[in-house]
Amino acid sequence: MKLIKQTGLIIFLLGLTFFIGTIFTGSFNLTQPELDTFIKEKGYKSEIIKDELSKAIVTNEALNIFQFSSAVIGAYEASNNHYDALIAKYDSEKNWDAKGKQFQYKIFGKPHSLSFTLAKKAAKGFAADNTGLAWFLTFGLGIIGALMFIVPDVILLGKPGIKNDGIFLSAATNRGWIGWFTFIFLVTFYILLYFYPDYIVNWVYLVEPISLSLSGNPASQWFLYGFLYCTVMTVMAIRMYIKYRHNKYQILRTTSVLFFQIVFAFLIPEILVRFEKPWYDFKNAFPLDYDFFFRWNLDELLASGAFGLFILVWGIILTIVVVPVMVYFFGKRWYCSWVCGCGGLAETLGDPYRQNSSKTLLSWRAERIIIHSVLVFVLVMTGFALYTFFSGADQVIGIKTQTIQDIYGFLIGSIFAGVIGTGFYPIFGNRVWCRFGCPLAAYLGFVQRFKSRFRITTNGGQCISCGNCSTYCEQGIDVRAYAQKGENIVRSSCVGCGVCSAVCPRGVLKLENGPEDGRINPTEILLGNDVDLMDLVNKK
Amino acid sequence: MEHIVIIGNGISGVTAARHIRKNSDNKITIVSAETKYFFSRTALMYVYMGHMKFEHTQPYENWFWEKNRISLKEGLVSNVDTDKKQLNFSNGETLSFDRLIIATGSKPNKFGWPGQDLEGVMGMYHKQDLEKLEKYAPNNKACNRAVIVGGGLIGIELAEMLRSRKIPVTFLVREDSFWNGVLPAQESAMINDHIKEHHIDLRLSTNLKEIKSDENGRVKSIIIEETGEEIPCNVVGLTAGVAPNIDFLKESGIELGRGVKVNRFLETNIPNIYAIGDCAEQHEAIGQRRNIEAVWYTGRMMGETLAQTICGNKTAYKPGHWFNSAKFLDIEYQTYGWVFSEKGMKENEAYFQWKHPNEHKCITISFDKNTKLFLGINTFGIRMRHEIFDKWLTENKSVEHVLEFLSDANFDPEFFKLHEAEIVAKFNQENNTNIQLKKKSWKRIFSH
Repeated sequence: MKLIKQTGLIIFLLGLTFFIGTIFTGSFNLTQPELDTFIKEKGYKSEIIKDELSKAIVTNEALNIFQFSSAVIGAYEASNNHYDALIAKYDSEKNWDAKGKQFQYKIFGKPHSLSFTLAKKAAKGFAADNTGLAWFLTFGLGIIGALMFIVPDVILLGKPGIKNDGIFLSAATNRGWIGWFTFIFLVTFYILLYFYPDYIVNWVYLVEPISLSLSGNPASQWFLYGFLYCTVMTVMAIRMYIKYRHNKYQILRTTSVLFFQIVFAFLIPEILVRFEKPWYDFKNAFPLDYDFFFRWNLDELLASGAFGLFILVWGIILTIVVVPVMVYFFGKRWYCSWVCGCGGLAETLGDPYRQNSSKTLLSWRAERIIIHSVLVFVLVMTGFALYTFFSGADQVIGIKTQTIQDIYGFLIGSIFAGVIGTGFYPIFGNRVWCRFGCPLAAYLGFVQRFKSRFRITTNGGQCISCGNCSTYCEQGIDVRAYAQKGENIVRSSCVGCGVCSAVCPRGVLKLENGPEDGRINPTEILLGNDVDLMDLVNKK
Repeated sequence: MEHIVIIGNGISGVTAARHIRKNSDNKITIVSAETKYFFSRTALMYVYMGHMKFEHTQPYENWFWEKNRISLKEGLVSNVDTDKKQLNFSNGETLSFDRLIIATGSKPNKFGWPGQDLEGVMGMYHKQDLEKLEKYAPNNKACNRAVIVGGGLIGIELAEMLRSRKIPVTFLVREDSFWNGVLPAQESAMINDHIKEHHIDLRLSTNLKEIKSDENGRVKSIIIEETGEEIPCNVVGLTAGVAPNIDFLKESGIELGRGVKVNRFLETNIPNIYAIGDCAEQHEAIGQRRNIEAVWYTGRMMGETLAQTICGNKTAYKPGHWFNSAKFLDIEYQTYGWVFSEKGMKENEAYFQWKHPNEHKCITISFDKNTKLFLGINTFGIRMRHEIFDKWLTENKSVEHVLEFLSDANFDPEFFKLHEAEIVAKFNQENNTNIQLKKKSWKRIFSH
């Protein structure tokens, strides 16, 4: 068994090495006709970019992706700099006509996106030409290795039951060197994905055939991410099934997030695209889906007829009706740990790291300030977006809506949700994003705290204050502080993962949707002492 | 403003301190030689097993004490001068008090076995025991085998701890079945099996004769009394119960029995000196309880009660219905009311028992043969709701009532398989009754 596990680890690391190595393979160059077609498609009017690109990438030289990327970006900058200089010149000459003309030559968009698009056409070599084999050596070995590492736990973990043996003795799960390496890998991955997609174009090739068969479109980095997300969740869900095989709540919950991720977040949107409908994830509620009310999205939805309108109405109903009603009956857990994709990744890939969340009062204070600020930010931004959509103006009180959206997209949508939210799993625990950043979690939390039937019930006086519950709370809630007072736990941040209840050695905690009456039960003296003391408390 | 000094920072002492602070402005000092900050003793095992770090066992952050004006003093009290109202520390320091709370807890029992003080022999009670265990049994290379002597709750926890690091364990239990002085035979047998399933070498009806030393004064092996068998080992865990930790009080004039003698108000024979927790001994037992109860929950309750007395609301210690819980490796155990083992069964007591055909789940309900009064329940692998059983015991419900409304009492997580129907069916069959299981009702659960 141990041998299988070790072999699995080696195979997994081999797959990972191939995966990382793939970036550095292949060569990139275009033929002149290919470039001409591209420029025609894009409608670039700048002669300079054409010349510069021809010089740089129409070549027999085998450029690697980094050389290719810098060549493309060089061309991009040369062209834009040229016209910027002209614009500045005409501006100082007050030659408005000439200045205005120059703008048509400018190239908009992010340079690394342009480089990605071109690289997608230019790639030759291992990943691009042998997709099947390359997929097997990266994804395939990764999956096989991971499963070989995980599945023997059925036997190695012994009898079903909570098995957290050695978590704080392992370098992977105790912020040791493996944890830090994982952290660096994940952070780098997200930075590449969000900001340097051209560098990972070879990875995108790995899933090209899958994308073609699903939506009929070539894969983008987002398709790669979606596929990787589903793969990672599936493999790690198997780990969850084995670890919590005695616990039906955990098994059902894991199955549920897996289902919503694969079907709702991955398959349905891709199939919609195949039918020329807008890409849409039906479970992604605003304000987590922060760009739902952005102009481009509204325009796209309105342009796609009845179906677009249906999505628009569903999106609004989901947010203002379904979410609060469901939270009233079941707490925010119905979303955060049964449906949400971010929660799904946190509960599968992130589960080994849940104990690393900070439980200090300081972090609780920080959490409340940060998460509610994000909620306010998203609401203000949406206000701006809707105002500009209906009024046609592009700014409100002198602030460009686009600027606000860009800031949010960069700071919250990319850095917080991706780089920090997932990249920091091994260091800050698995719900970094859900705990500190998710505006939807903040909204659900308000409902859960003030108007819901959900609570974690504590079992009278049975708590021995051991602290397993607090340690394994991914949201950093000091569960023990409530349990040892015999108080129900009613907290905005609780996502109802149920692990506190699972790890409790005394059966003290139970997630319940009961009557609202008596949900909040401050107690001074615990059950166990005789009624005199209880009377005393009640008389106060 | 009085100066209240508490010796011992376990659950009893700290609970008393917290409640005194809640209800008064007295000066409070907690003295401990074990650790500076309060930690949960019950969680020590999880630190060794790697489920937690030591800091996770501390329910309060370190700033808590200063913020709540509770002074913490580290030091070993060598004796108490009751006339001068002063504590003398082993390093010569002194500390005076107006009122003193003795909450020094327990120490592991040692029955005079030869070799019981060798290096590598330890109890599993203090933080220092944990440190010793890390030293002598960090892994199965440094420790080829461990022997545990004593078949109680701490013994099985220590076995679980050592097994978590794959250290072979021999477990010597004096009784002919694990903990069968407390558990009914059905439960005890199930735990025996479960212990063996975890590859623990369980030796029943086996006593320790002596512990043998190597040339460096370290444990080398143990000898079994019955067979004379020698078992080589590097660590010996002595877990044959605990005794009050009160040696330092011998010359103090405070009345001692096995523990510190206290009345119902937890007062000793000396005014303004009190004892709570494991080290307190009632003059007369309360109900069916023992005079000394080394139980976490009773320590907490005594702390709550004494805080009331000290803050001017003189309150007797009146523990309510007995309850307890534990975990035997993977099997959770809860008990409410009184279920005595076959050995300790009362004249009028009868059992109703149910056991799952292939999982480690079972219950024993104890009731009065004649009146059918419900006396208590043991559950294994099924969680039960404390409030409900507390209410049923107070209201003197019958065993039939308990079975009829058993669904209200279930506290298992959602979607878990429920067994109430099978349990009730078995009861009906055995007792020729026709009890219909009622559906769970929130209304009943929350009607107090």
